[in-house]
Order: sequence, then structure tokens, then C-alpha cells
Amino acid sequence: MSVIVILLLPLIATLLVCVPLGKRWVSGVTVVFCLADLILVVRLAWRVVAGTAPAELRDAAWSKWIAVDGLSALILLLIALIGTTAAIYSVGYMAHENPEPKRLRLYHANYNLFIFSMLAIPVLAEPTLVWIVVELTTLCSALLVSFYNTREALEAAWKYVVLSLMGAGVALFGFLVLFAAMHAGGGGTYTWAGLLAAAPRMPPILLQAAFLLILIGLGTKVGLVPMHTWLPDAHSQAPTPVCALLSGIETTSILYVILRLFPVMQAVPGSHAESWALVLGLISVGTAAFLLLQVHDYKRLFAFSTVEHMGIILTAIGLGASANYGAMQQIVNHSVTKSFCFFAAGAALLAMGTREIAAVRGLIRRSPAAGAALIFGGLAITGAPPLAIFLSEFSILKVGLTQGRYVAMGLLATFIVIAFFGVMAHLNRMVFGAPAIAAPKHNHSEPETAGTFRLPFSCQLALILAAVPVLVLGVYVPKPLHDLLTMAAAALTR
Amino acid sequence: MSDATKYLLDNLNALAAGLFLLTGFGIVAMRQARGCLNLFIAQSLLLAASAALLGLRYDSAHLYGVALVNLISKPIVVPWLLRRTSPAGIYTRREIDQVLNIPTALLIAMALAVGAYFVGIPLAKAVGPDARGPNVSIGIAVLLLGAFTLTVRREALSLLIGLLAMENGAFLAGIAIARDLGMLVELAIATDGLIIVFIMGVLVRAVQKQVGTTAIGDLASLKEGAAEPAADEALS
Repeated sequence: MSVIVILLLPLIATLLVCVPLGKRWVSGVTVVFCLADLILVVRLAWRVVAGTAPAELRDAAWSKWIAVDGLSALILLLIALIGTTAAIYSVGYMAHENPEPKRLRLYHANYNLFIFSMLAIPVLAEPTLVWIVVELTTLCSALLVSFYNTREALEAAWKYVVLSLMGAGVALFGFLVLFAAMHAGGGGTYTWAGLLAAAPRMPPILLQAAFLLILIGLGTKVGLVPMHTWLPDAHSQAPTPVCALLSGIETTSILYVILRLFPVMQAVPGSHAESWALVLGLISVGTAAFLLLQVHDYKRLFAFSTVEHMGIILTAIGLGASANYGAMQQIVNHSVTKSFCFFAAGAALLAMGTREIAAVRGLIRRSPAAGAALIFGGLAITGAPPLAIFLSEFSILKVGLTQGRYVAMGLLATFIVIAFFGVMAHLNRMVFGAPAIAAPKHNHSEPETAGTFRLPFSCQLALILAAVPVLVLGVYVPKPLHDLLTMAAAALTR
Repeated sequence: MSDATKYLLDNLNALAAGLFLLTGFGIVAMRQARGCLNLFIAQSLLLAASAALLGLRYDSAHLYGVALVNLISKPIVVPWLLRRTSPAGIYTRREIDQVLNIPTALLIAMALAVGAYFVGIPLAKAVGPDARGPNVSIGIAVLLLGAFTLTVRREALSLLIGLLAMENGAFLAGIAIARDLGMLVELAIATDGLIIVFIMGVLVRAVQKQVGTTAIGDLASLKEGAAEPAADEALS
């Protein structure tokens, strides 16, 4: 029953946080339940790797609805991990923000629902149900994005909901066409596995139409250029722990749904699914790299970097089977690093009280922890060696070069370098710049920003926990994780 | 079932689908928020009619279920939810300045519908002889018209109706090509539509309270390269 329990825990937590028993209770419940979920997910992933999946996954009646293979287990693991660190981070962050008890309960209830909707994506096997939980991720997180109820936050939430749901409408048609394709190809159970088996018999035109509709529809939610316009808004206006969830794992878990279609498309000769991925990916990386240069808000900076990384992952998928391992590694590394970056950005926000890059100077003196974390996060997310993302980006570039795709890899490398300079130029000035440059209009916050600032303990703890995988995965991939990555990569080919 | 009955049912379904397309155009052109909602209700009723007719035609209990779910959720629950969640003034809003004037918008909408026809035909053909009705093309057309509505409207309710129309369009095509999707899925999709209305209603209310308008499309403070939001506030 462990898979069902994994999905049930966040729902129970949602109910429990609605009980008004004070601030410690709500944040405590969220942390404990996320942690319990993480333990269950690790155990499940372990069993998937060892080939001893729980009974309900082997049962035919269940397998119509739920299925967990290497790819699902990997995504589940990321969601549970970042859900937990972000929950820990939330404790101190929200205590500092100090909303009314009712709003805090609303925050935690939505948080747990959001985690539930994301966990359901890789677990469910029936594509239309997956579409529904993808919708739920939008709807559960909409009120988190608009949490501060400011003009900007509401605008961001509205844009997020409208554009995501617009994409979802297109994707719904795609999933219905996929179902029709399956029927026209002789039927079978409408699951990811069933699709894979039936793909060679399906009419190619339907399959291709479905693929494009879903790629465009869900690509909106992943933040692929040119459907990315909502992403920097939503991913910067939400409370910081939520930004870490949105950027770190929500995008990834939606991308997972698109990835599920690639092995299906390989059954159609001349489907060009990989070329679509390569082109869309490169456009996303390029656009994001240049947009990074002109941001004014450091949370937006990391949001654009999410667009860039989604592009890198899709580019890697576009390189074909040999780059799949690198793509999986990039997914893991991006998730852990991006959540760390947002935690660091949140620490800077707590210390300085503004999101504007121009207004933050000399952060390292104001809060050494936040400053160091921000620089470390910046280096990690832009792929500086020997941190995690360097390793995966390097392996993707290596595969591309051995395939002789010099133009695509040249572009990718150039964009990555531009993004590196874009991010580091901003962060460098923020952390080490002379404070005197601060714009005079922020005088009112002067007394608040004098002296050093101490980060709440739970934020420090979350930063340390999030930094561990960023450091470790850059030099060493543990054997079980390596096996899981290999399994996940294998799930992307027929 | 005799051939004459089948012929009659096919034609009635074509009529329902044709009127469905007309409501799609209406939503693009209608200025009054209240009128948009009424058109959407009519559209949902036509969708239910099409599902029921196809259910009769192909003797599919599942399609009756779709018809019933649509009959209950959209014409009854959606307006009720909107009344509960969104600010009272939302119905009486009227859009004076649209992004495009109505003739231009309708002309573009027409081009979209014609385009949808040519996309829909090969898709319907590939599904098989059963899907030869107009449903697929018209469904795609309304999907596109809904998306188009989203781009030219500013008023919250019109935007919401545009989104729901997109879903209706996907469904009209869906009932012709994916006839036995499973009741659980249908119910989940219907519930999902209601959650959309609820969440967006809550957002509209918050915007109304905070910004004092329901013309949400006009909010545009989050941009790259332009003046920073904080700077705007300092100036005003």
C-alpha cells in the first residue's frame, strides 16, 4: 500500500493544518508529514531499483491506475526531497513574515495540496488522469502565488492561471487525440505502458498531432519559450519556499509528462519528436540567457534560469538516447540546485527587505550566511565546477559533440556562458558591491538594514540540507542513484 | 436502429455542433460580461445535446453520462459558484475598448474556424468512419476561438469564459473521437472545471479588493527592462 500512503499523507496533512492549534502546530505538521513522505518515497525508489516493487504495482487491477517505474521514482524522489527542505525553510521564513494565523493555515493547507498534486503526476498511469492532476498543480499553487495579495502577486497569479489553463485546454485535446489514436490502433488499456505497446499500430498522423498538442500545451506550464511569459512573474512573486517548489520541481514534474511521450513517438518513423525538443530547447536556453541580463529582481533572475534549464534538459532529450542519462542527471541537479538558489534568494530577501537587485549591495556584510549562500547558489546554478550542474551539463555537451552536432552544442555552450555571466554579474554586485550605491528611494529601509542580520535557524538548516546534494552530486553519484538514473534514462527509449 | 433514424440523429448532431460554433463566435464578439456567461451556458447545453445525440446514435451509455455531467455542472453550478466567489459587479461589466474592434476580431475568428476545418478533417479521417461528423473540426475551431478570446479580452469574466469555452471545444471533439474514456475521468474533468471557476473567482475578488477593477488584463506591472514596479509606486 506504500504508493497509496505516499499520496494520502499530504492529504491528511492538509486536513490537520486546518485545525487551529497555533503556528507551531501547522508548520510542524507540514514538516513531519513531508519528512514521512520522503522516507516512504526513498524506500519505494529503493525497491524499484532493486526490482522488488510493492505488490499493488504488480497487481493488474491497480496497474491500470498507478504505475511506478524508474522515471516516476526519480521524479517522486525529487518532489519529496524538495517538498521536505522547502517545508523546513517555510517554518522560519513564515515566522519572519508573520502572517495572520488564518492565512498561515491557508498557506500550509495549499502547500500540502500542492505537494499532493505533484506527487500524483508520476504515480498515475492513465494519461487523462495525469492531465487532471497537472491542472490541480496549477489550481493548488495559484493561491500560493497570490499569497501576499499585492497588486503584483495577484497579477502574477492571474497570468499563471490563465496561461497554464490555456495550455491545459490544448493539452486536453492532445490527450483525447492520443486516446483516439489508441482506439484506431486496435485498443488496449489507456496507460503509459499500454500506449508504449500500442504505439506501432497507431495512425502516425494522430500520434503526431497528439504529441504536438501536448508539447505546446504542457510546454506552457514547463515554461518553454515562447510560452514562458507567466513563469518569471509567478516564480518570483510567490513566497520563497513556494518559488523553490514551483521552479525546482513543478516544472520538472510537468516536463516528466512530456518526456513520457518520447518513447511512444519513437515508434513512428520520421516523427521528428527529437528535433522538436532540440529546437524548442535551444530557443528556450537562448532567450532565457539574454533575458537574464536585464532583470531588476533577483528572484526573477532565478526564474529565468529555470526557463534556461528546462531548455537544456529538452535539448539533451533532443540529442537522442545517448544523452538521456545526462538529461536525467540534469533534472536532478537542476531541482536540488534551484531550490537551494531560491532559499538563498529568500535569505537575501529576509535580510534586505527588497527584491530589487539595484537596492541590494554589500549583502555579505549585512548577512554573511545569505551572501555566501547566494554566491554559492549562483555558481552552482550556472554550472561552475565542481558543482552538480557542471557535471551534467558537461556530459550533455560531450554527447552532443561526439554526435557531431557542433552548431547546436556551440549554441548551447554559448548560451550557458552568457547565462553564467548574466547571473554572476548581478549576484556579484549584490553580494560584494559597495552599499553606498543603494538607490536613495530606499532610505526608509535604512534603519532596518543596519547591522548584521541573523537568519532563522530553520532557514539555515534548509540551506545546509539543500547544499549537500549540490556539493556531493558534483563529484560523486552514489550507486543506487546511478542505477535509478540509468533506469529512468532507459524509460525514455523503447 | 433504422438508417433513417441514424441519418436524422447525425443531422441533429450537426445542427447542435453548428450552433455550438456560433456561440463560440458570440463569445468573441459579445461585450457584456453577462451576455458572455449566457452564451457559455447555451454552449454547454449544446455540448450536452451533442453528447446525448451521439450517445443515442452509437448506443453509448457513457456519452449519456457526459451529457448529464455537462447539464448539471456548467449551466447550474458554474453561475452559482461565480455568484458565491466573485464580486457582485462582475456581471454588469461592459468592455468599451477591446484590443481589437469587433469586426476585425470576428474576421480573425473566421479565419481560425476555416483553418480548424482543414486541421480537423485529416484527424477525423484517421480516427475512423465513426468520427466523420463535424464535431472534430468544430471542436478545434472553438478551442482556437476560446484561446483567441483570451488574447483580446481584458475583463475577468470574459477571460474565464474564454478558458471554459476552450475546454468545451476540446470536449466536443473528444466525444466524437474518444467515446469511452471512462466515467471516472469524465467526472474528474467536470470537477476540475468547477475548481477552475472557484479559484479564478477567488482571485478576481482579491483583485477587485486590492486594485479596484475586474479588468485584470490591464494589469501589467511585471515586465523586464521597463520601469521597476517599486519605482512606479514611488512616483505615483
